[in-house]
Order: sequence, then C-alpha cells, then structure tokens
Amino acid sequence: MLRDEDRIFTNIYGWEEFGLKAAQKRGDWDKTASLIKKGRDWIIEEMKASGLRGRGGAGFPTGLKWSFMPKEPSERPHYLVVNADESEPGTCKDRDILRNEPHKLLEGCLLAGFAMGAHAAYIYIRGEFFNEGSAVITAIEEAYDKGLLGKNAAGSGWDFDVILHRGAGAYICGEETALIESIEGKKGQPRNKPPFPAMAGLYSCPTTVNNVETIAVAPTILRRGGSWFAGLGRDEKNAGTKLFCISGHVNQPCNVEEEMGISLKELIEKHAGGVRGGWDNLKAIIPGGSSTPMLPKDICDHVHMDFDSLREVNSGLGTAGVIVMDKSTDLIYAIARLSYFYKHESCGQCTPCREGTGWIWRIMTRMVKGNATVDEIDMLWDVTKEIEGNTICALGDAAAWPVQGLIRHFRPELEHRIMEYRKMVA
Amino acid sequence: MPKLTINDMEIEVEQGTSILQAAQALGIEVPHFCYHDRLTVPANCRMCLVEVEGGPPKPAASCAMACGEGMVVRTDSEMVTDARKGVMEMMLINHPLDCPVCDQGGECDLQDQAVGYGFDRSRFAENKRAVPDKELGPLIKTVMSRCINCTRCIRFAEEIAGTPVLGQMNRGEDSEVGTFIGEILRTELSGNLVDICPVGALTSKPYAFKARSWELKKTQSIDVHDALGANIRIDVRGREVMRILPRLHEDINEEWIDDRTRFSCDGLNKARLDRPYIRDEDSGKLVEASWDEAFAFIAGKLKGVKGAEMAALVGDLAAVEDIVALKDLMGAYGSPNMDCRTDGAVFSAASRADYLFNSTIAGIDEADAILLIGTNPRYEAAVLNARIRKAHFERDVSIGLVGERCDLTYPYHYVGPGMADVEKMVKDYKGKMKAKRPVWIIGSGVFARPDGAAIHKALYEAAKELGVITKDWNGFNILHRAASRVGALDVGFVPQGKGGRGFASILEGTKDGSIKALYMLGADEFDARAEIGWKCFVIYQGHHGDYGAARADVVLPGAAYTEKDGIYVNTEGRPQQGKRASFPPGDAKEDWAILRALSEALGKTLPYDTPVQLRTRIVEEWPHLGEFDLIQPAKSVAVKGAGKVLKAAFKNPVKSFYLTNAICRASDTMSKCTDAFKGVDEKMLEAAE
Repeated sequence: MLRDEDRIFTNIYGWEEFGLKAAQKRGDWDKTASLIKKGRDWIIEEMKASGLRGRGGAGFPTGLKWSFMPKEPSERPHYLVVNADESEPGTCKDRDILRNEPHKLLEGCLLAGFAMGAHAAYIYIRGEFFNEGSAVITAIEEAYDKGLLGKNAAGSGWDFDVILHRGAGAYICGEETALIESIEGKKGQPRNKPPFPAMAGLYSCPTTVNNVETIAVAPTILRRGGSWFAGLGRDEKNAGTKLFCISGHVNQPCNVEEEMGISLKELIEKHAGGVRGGWDNLKAIIPGGSSTPMLPKDICDHVHMDFDSLREVNSGLGTAGVIVMDKSTDLIYAIARLSYFYKHESCGQCTPCREGTGWIWRIMTRMVKGNATVDEIDMLWDVTKEIEGNTICALGDAAAWPVQGLIRHFRPELEHRIMEYRKMVA
Repeated sequence: MPKLTINDMEIEVEQGTSILQAAQALGIEVPHFCYHDRLTVPANCRMCLVEVEGGPPKPAASCAMACGEGMVVRTDSEMVTDARKGVMEMMLINHPLDCPVCDQGGECDLQDQAVGYGFDRSRFAENKRAVPDKELGPLIKTVMSRCINCTRCIRFAEEIAGTPVLGQMNRGEDSEVGTFIGEILRTELSGNLVDICPVGALTSKPYAFKARSWELKKTQSIDVHDALGANIRIDVRGREVMRILPRLHEDINEEWIDDRTRFSCDGLNKARLDRPYIRDEDSGKLVEASWDEAFAFIAGKLKGVKGAEMAALVGDLAAVEDIVALKDLMGAYGSPNMDCRTDGAVFSAASRADYLFNSTIAGIDEADAILLIGTNPRYEAAVLNARIRKAHFERDVSIGLVGERCDLTYPYHYVGPGMADVEKMVKDYKGKMKAKRPVWIIGSGVFARPDGAAIHKALYEAAKELGVITKDWNGFNILHRAASRVGALDVGFVPQGKGGRGFASILEGTKDGSIKALYMLGADEFDARAEIGWKCFVIYQGHHGDYGAARADVVLPGAAYTEKDGIYVNTEGRPQQGKRASFPPGDAKEDWAILRALSEALGKTLPYDTPVQLRTRIVEEWPHLGEFDLIQPAKSVAVKGAGKVLKAAFKNPVKSFYLTNAICRASDTMSKCTDAFKGVDEKMLEAAE
C-alpha cells in the first residue's frame, strides 16, 4: 500500500484550496526554475528513468514520447497539448486533478513544454467540465500574476504560455489527432498516422499530446528523482503511482492514488469499502474504463492492476477506471449500453467503425432480450473482429473490446438468455 | 528512392509514393473507394488495407502510407483478405439493395468490388439506415441512402472546384453528406461529382433512368463547347446522345469536363434543322424543301453575283473540314470576303503565335505568375480555371486580374479595369519581375472592339517588355472561346488579300448593298436579323434553328459535332479528331458533303469526293493539321496592329455560362441551370466583393 509520503496528489479530494497559495504550501512551483536550469536532456532522461507510462490509456513511455520532438528548433513552433477531454465512462481522475490540483498540471506544462522546446501549451478540456475549466482558468491567471507563466516563466528564462481550450463534449476529441483538429476549429475526426503529431501536429507543427495525469505527475517526479518513482510499483515497466477511479457496486466509490500493480481485490477492499454484499457477491469488473474487456470474478481474485498483468488476461489498464458489477447486474444490458455509447460517439469517418458500432449495438439490444440465435453470438464476435484494427483510431477497437470481453467470459449467460426468450415466446 | 517488396515483387519508387500507387504500378489491384489520385487522402473507407510485415500487427491503409526502404508488403495474405471482407461487409450493411433501379448499376465501384472482395450474402438482419436526399440543383441527383461516406465529393468541391459548400454532417452512423444550410451546389464542374462518386449516391439528374451503361455505344471524341478541346466520350443509344463523359487527357482536361460539355447533350435533340428550307418571298416564312430545290434556288440567286459581292462567315462549332470546303467554294468564286471571328474580334493572325495559347495548358503547371486580362476563365474555360486554381493552391502562384471583377474561386490581385493599368504595371515591374515563367491569359473578348488590333499590339509589346515572351518561354496566351476559331485561323479563314472584308465590314456591306450574298456556316453568335441588311441573300448552313437560321433565305441542315468526323484545333493549336457517334437527323447531312454537293449544283465542283480526299487536301496545305494531338511550336514575331488604344475598360464577353452556343440554347438542362443559379451567382459575387 502506498505510503502517505509517496503520494503525489495530496489534495486530490479537495480538502484544501486549489489556489496558488495552498498549492505552494503543498510543494507545487517549488524551485521550478532550478529544474529547468538542469536542461532539456536531463528532464527527458529523468522521465525515462522514472518509467512513467502515459496515463491516458495506451501506456506509451512518456520520456520516450517527449524525446521524439525535434531537437533542433526550426521555423515551426513546438506545442504541448494537454488532453483534458476525459470522457471514458468510469473515469474521473483528471477531473479531480483539474479542480483540486490545477497547479500541478500548470507546473507540469512548463516543465514538459521546456523539455520539448515548446513555448505554448494548450489544455483541451471537455465542454462538460465547466467548473473544472473555471478552476484551471483561475489557476492560470494566478500563475500569470505571479510570473510563473508568461515571459520568463517562474524565473527560468523560458517564455511559456498556457491556453485553455474548451471542447464541445465529443468523446472522439479525446483521441489525440481529433483533439488537434478540434483545437484547429475543424470537426473532431482523427487524422491518419503517420505523420505522427511529433512531426506534424497542431497547425502542422511538432506537437506532443499528453494526458492530464501524465503532465501533472511530472514536477514531483523531477523534484524527487526518476529513481524514486521507478522504485514504486510492481516492476520497472509498471512503475510509480496511479490514480484509480473505483465506481459501481462498491460501498464507497472513490478516486485513490495507489501504487501501480496493487492487486485488484486489495484496491477495492482497502479503498472502496469492498464490493456491495461482500467479495463473493462480485460478478465482473471492467478494470480500465469502458473500453477494456471485463474480467469475471475468478480472474479478479488474483489479478494485479498494471499494464502488463491486465494485458496477460486479455484486458488492459486503460485509464484505470474500475467499474465493479455485483451479481445483481445484467451484464448483457450493461455492455449493450456501452455499445450504444460507442455507436453514438463514433466520428463516422472509417467505414468499419461508422457502420459496425451501430450493428453491434443493434445485435446487443436484441441479445438483452434474448431475441437472437446462438449463431449470432459467433457472428457478433466476427463483427467485432471486423472492426478491431481496421480503423484510423482506436475507437473502433474500444467499441469491440467490451463485447469481446462479454462473449469471452459470459457466453453461457448470452445463450441462457436466448433460451429463456425462446421459451417465453413459445 | 525507396525500394520495397510487394507480394514478392520488388519495386523502386519515388520518395513519397504511397503503397497503393506502388502496387498499382506493379499491376496489383488494390480495392479502394475514398482514394482518388487528384484529391487529398483521407483513408477513411479502409478498403485498401494491406499487411506491412514487421509493422504493428494490424493492416495498414495503403493509400495513406508512404513506401519505405525495405518494406515488405502483402496484399494477398489472410489478414488482408479478412480485412477486406470485413470492410466490404460493413460498407454494404446500410447500402440499399436497389442496384436494379440505380443509375450507377453496371459501372459502380461498390458493385464491382463487392463481387471481387465481399461475402456472397448478407448477415445483417436489422433495418437499414435511410438518409434524406439533398437538393444540389438541376444537374446532380442525390440518393443519399446509397452514400458510403467516402467524402470524395466533399474534397472535389473544395479542392478542385473551389466551392466548399459540401460537408459531412453529424457523426457516426448518422453521418450524411450535404450542403451547408441547404445551399445548392454552384460550380461549373459539378458534373464531375457524378464521375467521382464511387456509388450511386450522386448521379446525373438529366440522365436519370434514361439508359443502362451496357446498352450504350461509346465513341471517343472532342468537345466543342469551349476552345480547350476537352477529350470526351459520347454515349449513344440509337441515334440519341444519352450522355457525355470525360476522357483522360493530362495536358488538356485531366479527367474533368465542365457542365456545359456534359449536360448540354439534350440540346442535340431539340430545335434541330432536319430538312432544307427556303424562305417564301410572299409570306416571309421558311418553307420545307428538298435538297435539289434548295440547291436550285441558291444557284438561281447567285447567278450574276460577283465574287467581291459575296461573303462567308464561320460560326463557333465548325470543324476544319467544313471551313476548308467553304473557303474553297469562296475561292472558286474569287471572293476575298470571309471571316471566322463572328464575335467581332479584330487581331493580327499573321503568325500562329499571335493567336495561340502559347504556353500550352500544361504550361500553367510551370507558371510562377499568372495575369488574367479581360477574361473570366471560370466561364470561358472552366476546366482551365481549375488548373489555375491548382497552381495557386499547390504552388502558391500569385494571380492578377485586369478587367471586370469576378468570382474565380481563388483569391487574386486586382490590377485594374483596362489597358492603362497594364501599361502602369509594366512601368512598375519592368526589370523587377521575379517570375521566370510568367503567364498572361488574354481573353479573346478583349479584341472584340474597334481598337482590337491596337490592343493586341500594345499587349504584345507590354508582354515583351515584362519578359513574358523570352527566348525559351512564351507566356503570351490568347484564350479563345470557340472550338472552331483556331482551326479557322490556321487555314486562313480571314479576309483575303488587301480587298478582303472582315466581319464588321461584311455586315456593313449587307446593309449598303455591296454584299449581295452571305454564306453563314453555323454562325449563330450574333443577332443575324438585326445585323444583316434585308436585301442581302443569306444562306445558312447549320444544325440548330437559332439566330442564323432565323434570318436565312435558305437553310441547309448540317450535322452537330457528335454527328460528324472532324478536326478541331484547340486554343493551344492542338489539332484533335472528333468522331461521329450518331447520324444527323432527317435529311441533314455532314457539312463538308453539303458544300461539296452545292458546289456541283453551282457548277464549281470542289475537287474531293470523300472525307479522305478532303483531309489529304487539308494536310497538303497545312501539314500540322494532320498531326493529331501534337502542338507545332509557333515562333513569336512582332505583332502588327494599327490605330490607337481606346480608354474603355475590358468587358467579360460571357454573361451566361450555360447559354453560349446554339446547342446550349436549345438545351432544357442548360435553361434550368441558368434559372437555378441566377440568384446564387449574384450572392456569390457580393460575397467575393
């Protein structure tokens, strides 16, 4: 269990003020200039050493990502874009960072921006986060007032601006290239890669898009050293601390910062007050936000919450949005609802996703009643496979995986539902 | 130059080539819908997926992925076949199964590729999606339920046509292509949407339910609606022209044609002259006659008329054969009075370089500065305008305009309204021109005023001073509007010798009695009833009952461009061969044959009995006309022109794009366009200003 002194987000519950004064008391903006003085390469090396992996879901090593930005400055400016379009169902970690710890994010922007040669950061916040956006704006204004941002930010000699950009509430705008399109004022539709944003991103300039949490943990990592962060967690590939969002059928739903690789059972029992009706009342858990395939109880019993352990059981850490479902849950209906979500949020660009998400949702709606045939379960599996991997962005995959998880672990339940329906109709 | 392997075949390609292009170069078919080689690459149909070994364990969109050194690509692996099948199934689940009543049936990419790469049945048991149809105007019919959201039309309208009114609305499976707040699509190139739409979502409205592609006879020919000589295919059923499609010619029209070319074909069946007519002297009405009667009538009227009292005019749609036959007939009478510039233009035609589009159309792709003088290329040569637009957006070529302001679909620098502004520009920029390949495009309308010859000379001198004409570059371009014009100028259908009278003088002569007989070969571009004196005997030979026939004393029914073989020389001086796709209606005959028969009746028999003999005669005197699709370089010599340039501003000659010749004026579709786009045009011009 994470010791209190290793906690990064000390105000994640908003027990203190989010403002600059309180934030500085918690250690934010402490000698930021001295970190910058150590140079670009030092920051990137330290991030690499920390083993931090992107917290947005894909888990790409952050230090490596920053190092992709062109070293030599050219005519084109570099940009840092912070992805605060947190829309994944079951995930609410960035929201708490934005409203309770915005200065961690801003300081992270400066450090990360400096490390990649950017003089400007855009924070793309989802439209629904109105209050959170207001908190960030307040924080930005405070930081400008105190000279922590703007010309010669925090006395580091580096000019740095932070701009808050509000989205209009589309899930797809959380995809990094769709987000870039949206900032540019276009319809949020993912771009083809390559070129990757590090080569041609925002306004065709080198750009790095990072999750809020990734950027917000950076100052503490740099202050305490990459080796400190790497020392936490299960192994060097799954290092550090992580915010977990526990929701669903638990006694105390919460956000909690824990060590990477904590066992799922421990996470829920210790922090969320246990499953409603006891651990044995558990049916399934979606471990990493709605896109990741669900796990049945027998896997939940022993699985660890980190990138690689979850991958081994055909799921993923994703955003670490843990959705707990007890035995009262109609799993088929739950997944059908998720299918509706993906159908509604598909941008409509790629054929498989545009057409397939609707198809999946329609089949799932019938499955809820049982108005289907057993063959159609196989067909449903086929359809998800036709979408997965064939689209520009990962939304297609995200729509396919929950259904695959359902079929993989709960096929008897689907079949049972079909039989029941037949009996009823007959 | 990366080298890669596709299906075990090695190929070396240029940097930046996509895998799809490389595969095509190897002759490997890669199915695709959204990819079009002249548009940007969105990679959204996902049909062209291939396997790149060593990459991520999922297929890659070959249209968007550039070839890399040492890549190993497979287009026939299990992964690829499965991906294609999957994408094709998705493509079809919401596509209506209405192929039997779809106009795209038989030439549909989706049909073909579904057979090649799809399943043999559908597994989709839900209701199909229906999408409301959109109103895009009188030319494009929409059945939006068929749309597969490839966005080709959106990209064409934005990138090629320059009218960004199309877009994708909503998201996910509710996505639909439409125009911004129900605007109709106003572009002269809209017909090309029908060609680039891979399914039956956008089809031709006038052609709707008229014919099936497999029952049409296809003839490769040349367009005559403007002077570009766009390459076209004429599709005929029986003797009726059902539709006209573009053919690929990189140096002229790429693969586009404008809406006049494509949609005016219904005019070929309306208001046709299908038998000879003689004007009854008592009633003043045209009365049907036989060929013999008509010829005898003409012979009677021409008896005693001297060569100098005769004149001939050639209209905009005539082929070189017809013009030469007429010229020979006039020559037999010893008449020097002839002209082909029935728009009243006066300019030097001493050297071919005087009146050609010297840089060639493909030369626009090399140009680094373009000046438009007294022209609206959007109306005078819409396909050329797309090329200028491309030069501007792909290579940032700056464009200037002298003359009337107009909406060109790209931004331009307005120099001024008339010749004085050109002269001022020459003063300002002399010796300071950075452009190495400047191009001037001079609308032929500039010369259609009394001081035309003086303007021609002044423009030539200005161009010379600014370095538009140098030793290895001639950017002095005349943009003609009539398909017949350059051919007629090439064979010298202009006033002969010192005594020869030109267009204005001939009309003058018909009024004062010095011209007693006038032969008009398809001359419909001026108001003949008002301009020709009543005493003059007028023979009109042509295919439509238009301005010319209304004034004629004898009407001889000829053939339209789809009904005869003929040479047309485009504005660059490129001779091309139009082919006969169907036969003229009723008693109408091919034009050269009419002239040949008439000459016999007049006792001045022309020395050719077959088209081959006529062509041999043409090539003997003008060898370059026999070398099809080749441009004989013309040497630029100083332009001679007398008189003083007047102060008046340049005016654009084309006021209504859809009504520029007799075929268009007879076409219902073209009238509908004129009506539908009237308001839109005015609004757009306001916006442009």
